[in-house]
Amino acid sequence: MTTVRDPVHQGRLKTPFFPRVEQLDFLNEWHEWKGYSSPNALYCGDLEYFAIRNGTGVFDISPMTKYRITGPDAMEYLNRLVTRDMAKIKAGRVAYAVWCDDQGQVIDDGTIFHLREGEYRLCSQERHFAWLQAATIGFDVSIVHETERVAALAVQGPTSFSILNAMGIKGLDQLKPFGLMHVDFQGVEMMVSRTGFTADLGYELWIEPSKALDLWDALFKAGELYKIRAIGTHALELARIEAGYLAPYTEFLPADETVRTGRSRSPLELGLEWLVDFKKPNFNGRRALAEEKRRGSTWQLVKLDIAGNKPAHSSYIYAKEKGKKKEIGFITSAAWSPVCKQNIALGTVRAPHGKPGDELWVEVYYQREMHWNRTMAKAMVVDKPFWFPPRRGATPPGPY
Amino acid sequence: MDNKYDAIVVGAGHNGLVCSALLARAGKKVLVLEANEQVGGAAVTREFTEGYSVSACAHLLYQLQPEVRKDLKLVTRLASEDMTTIALSEDGKHLRLKAGSVEGVSENDAEQYRAFHKRMTRFSDLLRKFFNKPPPRLGTKNFKDLMTLGQLGLDLRMLGKEEMQEFLRLIGMNIHDEVTERFEHPLLKGAICLDAVLGTHLGPRSPNTILTYLYRLAGDHGRTSVPAGGMGSVSNELAHAARSAGVTIRTATPVKRIVISNGRATGVDTEAGEHFESLMVISNADPKTTVMKLIGAKHAETGFARRVSHLRAKGNAAKLHLALDGLPTIEGLSKKDYAERIIIAPTEHYVERAFNPAKYGESSPNPVIEITFPSFRDETLAPSGKHVMSAIVQYAPYDLKGAWTAAAKAEFLKVILSTLAKYMPDIEQHITASELLTPADIESEFHMSGGHWHHAELTLDQFLFVRPVNGAAQYRLPIEGVYLCGAGAHPGGGVSGAAGRNAARAILSREK
Repeated sequence: MTTVRDPVHQGRLKTPFFPRVEQLDFLNEWHEWKGYSSPNALYCGDLEYFAIRNGTGVFDISPMTKYRITGPDAMEYLNRLVTRDMAKIKAGRVAYAVWCDDQGQVIDDGTIFHLREGEYRLCSQERHFAWLQAATIGFDVSIVHETERVAALAVQGPTSFSILNAMGIKGLDQLKPFGLMHVDFQGVEMMVSRTGFTADLGYELWIEPSKALDLWDALFKAGELYKIRAIGTHALELARIEAGYLAPYTEFLPADETVRTGRSRSPLELGLEWLVDFKKPNFNGRRALAEEKRRGSTWQLVKLDIAGNKPAHSSYIYAKEKGKKKEIGFITSAAWSPVCKQNIALGTVRAPHGKPGDELWVEVYYQREMHWNRTMAKAMVVDKPFWFPPRRGATPPGPY
Repeated sequence: MDNKYDAIVVGAGHNGLVCSALLARAGKKVLVLEANEQVGGAAVTREFTEGYSVSACAHLLYQLQPEVRKDLKLVTRLASEDMTTIALSEDGKHLRLKAGSVEGVSENDAEQYRAFHKRMTRFSDLLRKFFNKPPPRLGTKNFKDLMTLGQLGLDLRMLGKEEMQEFLRLIGMNIHDEVTERFEHPLLKGAICLDAVLGTHLGPRSPNTILTYLYRLAGDHGRTSVPAGGMGSVSNELAHAARSAGVTIRTATPVKRIVISNGRATGVDTEAGEHFESLMVISNADPKTTVMKLIGAKHAETGFARRVSHLRAKGNAAKLHLALDGLPTIEGLSKKDYAERIIIAPTEHYVERAFNPAKYGESSPNPVIEITFPSFRDETLAPSGKHVMSAIVQYAPYDLKGAWTAAAKAEFLKVILSTLAKYMPDIEQHITASELLTPADIESEFHMSGGHWHHAELTLDQFLFVRPVNGAAQYRLPIEGVYLCGAGAHPGGGVSGAAGRNAARAILSREK
């Protein structure tokens, strides 16, 4: 088990759950996630996806970047860092948030866990220590990178509540979406949050690495009757697109990694205006975003319901203008959604295109017996996530 | 008492005074708050020992912009003007430099110097044009900015193809390479190098020292003068102009903070607990002090706060004041030469070697020195028959290893005096009192971060469009209602008044 990084370590790191994930792996398809090995799929990506929607999928999120933020100014610090109002996020709650540079361009999105009064954990896909550290200038706050100190599992799917309940976790029935609680697991404190990347009923479990394998074993034992499956990124990605969630480097480029002007995105352009609280007197990007709101945005993220059954990977998006189709943007994520029975996609179009209800066109290329085919498929801009079942929000959750 | 103003200027340095006067003339109700007892900031005259007074920081006037003189109708009385620079040689064969001519060198060097000076003044004239207007923003469609940019391009092109190429070749270069290409006489090379590095944390081989040389020339082609009564009289004249325009100036009133409420400036709190209201607060303090201390970084955005915190502003020039019971002997000088500007920078290598230890936090064992005897032409500064020496000594790094303790200062003073003694063997016998101001002292007395004359190093990455930092180059900070008007803003330090005048004009034109 690798918990402390070997200073000359050259190869990929293994997460605290690696020995168990490896046992369940048949395909041997792995990729790198921030230095760690993470499975694409373990036995069959599609079946793993159905575990999320019909049973419970367990995904090892230990490589996720985690920072502990503490100190007298922690709340004020976060409030200046992110666009939403963190004063409203009480202890025991979790907030989805984006943070911008001074130009109002998104650096990344992530979740902020208000663990205890004045004590926070920020999680994101990318690493941001330099930026978070720069943001401490003028604040009494400390930032600790704790990715390696916390092992974490996403436990997602309709039976997830039943499994955790069967494991003996008390009080889970009262935990609302975006709530967190601390429970005892074999004498060690474990944090349970009702969060996830799948838009389904689901939880995330956070524990010290030394207890990781015990947690895995207890979880899979309790889940035996509830269709528990370890899953890889492929399944999660499909669930993510159905949920309409953003992925960095896919729906947006982190602003600090973007070289060309106009290639980064603002929260307004990503459909995240609900996360921007202009009532706060100062936060990173406020001036620029207020100006953007006044002038209008350049881009608009869209969720598309596309005709046909061919996923519109990397397609151009067109709009009809004066009877002619004009190219207005491109698809960033596309999939056939098994659970919605819909051809869905996320894309970027030039504003003011992309209002809910707009009828657009996507140019889909697909191959059949070596030959390429091209269709212009009608695409409807939709407002709501493709998949958002009532069970996700129900408290107490149903005993599936 | 009415405590509401249209504008509050924090700091009565010369730029703050110029800015306040121009704003008051445009009908604003302006309050200037100065921490020290005297107005003038680093342009002050004060007693350093009983009966002896001196310009306590800046001691030569060479950059006061004609535009400022004209706008405020200044008629500064000068004790010495258009001074000759005498580059001292230990053997008494000194050089005399003045307006492109140099005595004491070969015919070839003299000719080269003439050509060099001509070209440099031409280039500096180009820069000077931009010193008296706010720098244009890049990537905007603002008509004024585009015009200024266009003008810059046109002026460059109007130099002619060869001169333009030469300008572009030189602008980022170091002065050492240029002088070694042109000149033979080490004293001449040393003298030019000194002018390029004075007041900076740069050595002659540091890139960018052509720019600092041009900056010096951009004032008045390098002509130096000493105001009667010291630099304080310039400040007093500016304060008088400000008061006559209706400005209220309060000295001995240090500002504790610029009050930011709901994301914008609404006034200032003084250390004494007074509060003054104004929706416009103009800081004559350096950018770091303004953003980090007076405003507080938490009221700025992260990128901006980080840029300001990374500003390079560490002074490397010390100031030495000596009370003398008589003029020291300098071989090869006539009596009237003591009215001139005297420098110790024997070779270009000497200047670079003086800089070397400063890179590692040590002071120079063989410092370069710029000397004046202001009392020679100004009896108000010292008792009759006695004299004052005012000298700038480099290099004395702000963050000296082990800090500027009393012992470190005493040690450096000894080094300076032994350097002086090589040229003035009897100097020590004449000294009745002395005062050495290190950058640390300059920081605490004149409230400038790092004790740096320019408030922020004058290098290409902190110059023109990006001075002091990207996002604040047009005097306006990215915090509503706060402006900069000091040396940290465009164009930079030196008693020029340009930053103060430009700031006032930028503020007034924004209101239109």
